[in-house]
Amino acid sequence: MASTLRINERSISVEAAADTPLLWVLRDELGLTGAKFGCGMGLCGACTVHVEGQPVRTCVTPLAAVQGKAITTIEGAGHDPIGRAVQAAWLALGVPQCGYCQAGQIMSAVALLRDTPQPTDADIDAAMAGNICRCGTYPRIRAAIHRAAQQLREAR
Amino acid sequence: MTQSSATELPGAVPASCDAAAEADQPPSVARRRVLKGALTAAGLVLCLRHSGRIALAGTQKYGAAGEPGGVVDNPLVFVAIHPDNTITVTVHRPEMGQGIRTSFALVVADELEAEWPQVRVEQAPADQARYGNQDTDGSRSMRHFFEPMRRVGAAARMMLESAAAARWGVPVSEVVAEHQQVWHHGSGRKLTYGELAVQAAREPVPEADRVRLKRPDQFRYIGKSSSRLIDGADIVAGRARYGIDTRLEGMLYAVVARPAVLGGKLAHYDAQAALAVPGVVRVVEIPSHPLPALSYPLGGVAVLARNTWAAIKGREALKIRWDEGPNGHFDSQRFETVLQQAARRPAKVVRNQGDAMATLRDAGRRIEAEYYLPFLAHASMEPPAATARIVDGHCEVWAPVQDPQGTRDLVTGLLGLNESDVTVHVTLLGGAFGRKSLADFAGEAAMLTKAMGGTPVKVTWTREDDIRHDYYQAVALEHLEAVAGPDGLPVAWLHRSASPTEDATFQAGAEGEDSSEYGMGMINIPFRIPNVRLEVPGVPAYTRIGWFRSVYNIAHGFAIQSFIDELAHAAGRDPLEYQLALIGAPRRIDPRRLSDEWNYGESPQRYPFDTGRLRAVIERAAREAGWGRSLGKGRGLGLAATYSFMSYAAAVIEVEVGAGGKIDIPRVDIAFDCGPQVNPDRVRAQLEGSCIMGLTLARYGEITFRDGRVQQSNFNDFPVLRLPESPQDIRIHLQPAGFEVPLGGVGEPGLPPIAPALANAIFAATGRRIRRLPLATQLADWRA
Ligand code: FES
Ligand code: FES
Repeated sequence: MASTLRINERSISVEAAADTPLLWVLRDELGLTGAKFGCGMGLCGACTVHVEGQPVRTCVTPLAAVQGKAITTIEGAGHDPIGRAVQAAWLALGVPQCGYCQAGQIMSAVALLRDTPQPTDADIDAAMAGNICRCGTYPRIRAAIHRAAQQLREAR
Repeated sequence: MTQSSATELPGAVPASCDAAAEADQPPSVARRRVLKGALTAAGLVLCLRHSGRIALAGTQKYGAAGEPGGVVDNPLVFVAIHPDNTITVTVHRPEMGQGIRTSFALVVADELEAEWPQVRVEQAPADQARYGNQDTDGSRSMRHFFEPMRRVGAAARMMLESAAAARWGVPVSEVVAEHQQVWHHGSGRKLTYGELAVQAAREPVPEADRVRLKRPDQFRYIGKSSSRLIDGADIVAGRARYGIDTRLEGMLYAVVARPAVLGGKLAHYDAQAALAVPGVVRVVEIPSHPLPALSYPLGGVAVLARNTWAAIKGREALKIRWDEGPNGHFDSQRFETVLQQAARRPAKVVRNQGDAMATLRDAGRRIEAEYYLPFLAHASMEPPAATARIVDGHCEVWAPVQDPQGTRDLVTGLLGLNESDVTVHVTLLGGAFGRKSLADFAGEAAMLTKAMGGTPVKVTWTREDDIRHDYYQAVALEHLEAVAGPDGLPVAWLHRSASPTEDATFQAGAEGEDSSEYGMGMINIPFRIPNVRLEVPGVPAYTRIGWFRSVYNIAHGFAIQSFIDELAHAAGRDPLEYQLALIGAPRRIDPRRLSDEWNYGESPQRYPFDTGRLRAVIERAAREAGWGRSLGKGRGLGLAATYSFMSYAAAVIEVEVGAGGKIDIPRVDIAFDCGPQVNPDRVRAQLEGSCIMGLTLARYGEITFRDGRVQQSNFNDFPVLRLPESPQDIRIHLQPAGFEVPLGGVGEPGLPPIAPALANAIFAATGRRIRRLPLATQLADWRA
């Protein structure tokens, strides 16, 4: 089936079965390998992208469900100020270890800050609970979200 | 309390006895064994170069020199300076999150007087003859290559200086390299490294002993925390490439149905429905290799498709009958009884001093405890994945592997090629923790591209594949007995560690821990106990046993540090004060005096067991944590300390146990002594990560077997710690040390104290003793 997707502000057409999870369309068909495969069951968050601004687990999101919707992947995260602030905070605090989970972490963090510009620890817990990091970067993720929030506040 | 007799060398070990002692040192065992590929008429054979049970002939070599490939410190191998004045450092050890690409580069850059922003990194392919040892495990990379990488940078700097001096016709003593330029004092002339690059490369490489290293007070990057992560910008932008991200023109995507039981074989399969799935191209049988498992592919049926999803759907449609083989009966619950029985009977003695058995027999009261730790899976976030192709008889592999040369040897053997016909490109590793030391998945990719006439094939493991076909951390049952003297300190200590050996993965029928395995925190207890007996029962393995971050230190550390806490409470003494009394006065102990012939492959003179350093991390962690402060009901502090991989670690965990056993960890204090820290920020990151991983295995980690099959499958039934459960506050306290102190490991030694510190904290909070891991629901009936 031919589908047209809007990814990172560009219109792209792909040929794939309607039930194909968006993750494999991004990774295999479009070469957008920033979204990662971690579990395939919506359990780990490694595959997180934004669909209409909301964080979505692409491993359990069929292609048919995102037709015509605005999709932002990690490759497009730097296009907006929140994404840039999160990326900068991640670098400033040296969050990544192996880095594999970090695309998903960053997409979840950006979505959190868009809805909740000054998140509490409890807000961070709730928003980030779906993203596993086996390397154990959680303390720095928490700190980096606070830092990004502060930088965005100061920039306003 | 009787002091232990003659088990230690007090004070510093004189350096002068090094050579003599090293020469008569009996051969010991490398923790990691190396596979050598070979093709015989009978088929593929992987030979053990050396194993836990086969002694090496000849003189013992320590440290990097004792590892296959040894050390290379030639700057022409590792440094390229480009005419545009950028610098490429080749990093030969794989990056799996420990930060080695950053840290090696900054060591070279510092000695080279390079400007950090101009430095790029290139990952070396598998070629141990060219680069030296590449097998990245055992917390060895910086420990073994700090000095060689310094020499690489310094030698390159000297070559640049020589080139500039020659260009200007002045004595080399009049020029100096600084900030990526060479200056001439007298005239003020200067040339950038880029301008000197071509000429410098033709200068003779200075001999290792002629290389002028910086003084540590001249370091600009080493020991500082300011350097950017070399891959950081790529990671946060989604540009970093892991093994699973490899894409080649015309590539097919494969997933493999493997036998659920180790040693199982394909009996019959029907691929018709699989081939009918749109996108599926071919179904290929992968032959199973007879046990032992080695790093061979497990065999099975591969589905090759136009994309990963089609391959997954195709695999679901396969109809397969398996022949279960010899391990179909394996049941981990029943096996616990086997371990228990083995641990309650006399077994092979690996250390004996005094007469522990008589003291135990005659004692009025013995204190006895058994601790159980289950199998564990690594569950790195990137599951195993590898890509291979063959062009004109040359096989190229792209894979996230910890042991590049081992991978190359494997592929060479599997495909019946010459080593020169196999290239292994090392991608970033999306976590590894020991799993990716054995590259069965890369072997699969190589066999599949061969079956497809060289067409590129990427094999992707699903999470279920990863959990069910791991090389597991071994299950362990630790049996301890002690008799306390009048002061409550033990006068006798008996420890039996019943755990399958990783050797069984390489040698059919190998049983019980080998010297490198009981060498991890069991044999080398430095306590002042007059009667000590340590035994290792032979127990079999029914699955692939592998290496998991800090390995046998996990079980030994948990048991010993829990038991000491139990002894302290039985004696009515404070656990901190008790443990310090047990360790006794600061002294440096030759590990051989503790019957530890292995010592992580390091020289016993260079790396004695320094109880002063152990005491110091314990005292530091306790002080920083506010040990002794009063906490309310349901809250407690727990202490544990371990020495592993030449580093000393102590943790104090504060826990709050709520109704129904809800665990909250407000704070963890970790004191750590790895000698000098080359990249302190990455040391901290590794300790934070070790803490989280330690808490995961303490609270949740368990792999069980039934009918030979792993019962877990994904993060739903093999949970790992998530952010809300992460401690609110992890404080890392690094012990300062000068660069004259030999380096210790970093990636693993932070993990062993975590689980016992948590269990001891839970005891302090609730009076409940946790003797089996994981904690899971053991406190479900707790009322706050
Ligand atoms: S891969 Fe999608 S949530 Fe894990
Ligand atoms: S950084 Fe490795 S999994 Fe998160």
